[in-house]
Amino acid sequence: MPRDYDLTGGDARRALDAGLVTEDWYKTPIDRKQMKALMKRADQPAIRDTLILFGLMAVFAGAAIALMPSWWSVPFWLAYGVLYGSAMDSRWHECGHGTAFKTRWMNQLVYQVACFCMMRDPWCWKYSHARHHSDTIIVGRDPEIAIMRPVVTLKLAANLVGLVDVPDGLRRMVVHASGRMLPDEETYVEAVFYPKTYRTARIWLAIYALTGLAALLFQSWIPLLLIGLPRMYGCWHMVMTGWLQHGGLDDNALDHRLNSRTVYMNPVSRFIYWNMNYHVEHHMFPLVPYYRLPELHAVCAHDFPAPSRSIPQAYAEMLPVLWRQRRDPDFHLRRPLPDGAHPYQKGPRASAA
Amino acid sequence: MAEWIDACAADDVEEEDVIRFDHGDRTFVIVRDHRDSYYCTDGLCTHEDVHLENGLVVEATIECPKHSSIFDCATGEVETPPACENLRTYPTKVENGRVLVAL
Repeated sequence: MPRDYDLTGGDARRALDAGLVTEDWYKTPIDRKQMKALMKRADQPAIRDTLILFGLMAVFAGAAIALMPSWWSVPFWLAYGVLYGSAMDSRWHECGHGTAFKTRWMNQLVYQVACFCMMRDPWCWKYSHARHHSDTIIVGRDPEIAIMRPVVTLKLAANLVGLVDVPDGLRRMVVHASGRMLPDEETYVEAVFYPKTYRTARIWLAIYALTGLAALLFQSWIPLLLIGLPRMYGCWHMVMTGWLQHGGLDDNALDHRLNSRTVYMNPVSRFIYWNMNYHVEHHMFPLVPYYRLPELHAVCAHDFPAPSRSIPQAYAEMLPVLWRQRRDPDFHLRRPLPDGAHPYQKGPRASAA
Repeated sequence: MAEWIDACAADDVEEEDVIRFDHGDRTFVIVRDHRDSYYCTDGLCTHEDVHLENGLVVEATIECPKHSSIFDCATGEVETPPACENLRTYPTKVENGRVLVAL
């Protein structure tokens, strides 16, 4: 069945009619005391990780600039780019949830910096992500579906270097700077925040203009390699991990075990991704901070499908499904649950079908 | 004149925690803060009607378990969006080990 991902399109109305909008989702039962301990906030882990992140960015950028114009600068630019164009995505995410730090202004500060790096307006993306959590992979409702069916391979590949996201981010910035919102944003952003979005866009455009001007004045790529371009040459890790979150799994289902994927990853990817590889756990219990997700994973394991053992294994599972979805968009993976787990909650669509 | 309703035993709510309280066809939460003060607010978050019974209580605030809107339990004021509308609060007192709320 063809899908209409437009937030103002036919599937948006159909999702509402089918009872899929802001519905109750399945939750693995967890003792309240244990849940309280899992939700508990702390500053220390995120302060440590933030100091490491910005410290490494400074070191890599410094080394890259010092080695310019030699080719030896390239690895340092690439490392800097991944921290800018990929690690900032997970910082945007965790700080947007307000779970990374216990202290609110720290969440806010890192959130604003990460939003700038990722070219995501802080208010639009706060509400976009709230909708993603309300209506995860509900077609016509979720604005953050990375892999739409049937897959357009070229579009996905182009986004490995930001060729979809960056033009879209810049277009939205220009529209916002002119004092307007886009129709999809008007479906999920509270109007009271529109003026803040307009102001942010104007400030960001000024920063990008100054960066471009500096590049021209100094006849150097360095300003652009430091600000803006890393969103393109360093975003591949974010895209690579992001596709695994929901790719090849079910849609229009009210159970995160059906539409989200947990993948065991190496420590470097987990640092860049801030443990969002525990993605089923995160969606089911979004108040649990990233540094407690491994613990939550252990608590929920008896009720969840087995996680993918590695990034390559997850891709080996997902890619054939995406390939088949080119001809059969309804096809998706359904992974077996362990013995004794609560059955999947497909939701109103099953009863309506 | 509002009526004082017996909502629960004071010990039913742990320090910095919340429980659900249903009365008639309405739903509320009873919150106990870090200083043993008690509050009663509407049970549903003003953003998308998610119940606050599974929320996180920090001092005298409650955070919605779905989208992290934070409300001041004493005043109901939104401290952190996405919620934009304040939560309704109700006078609350503890007498003889019972939490009473004026509804």
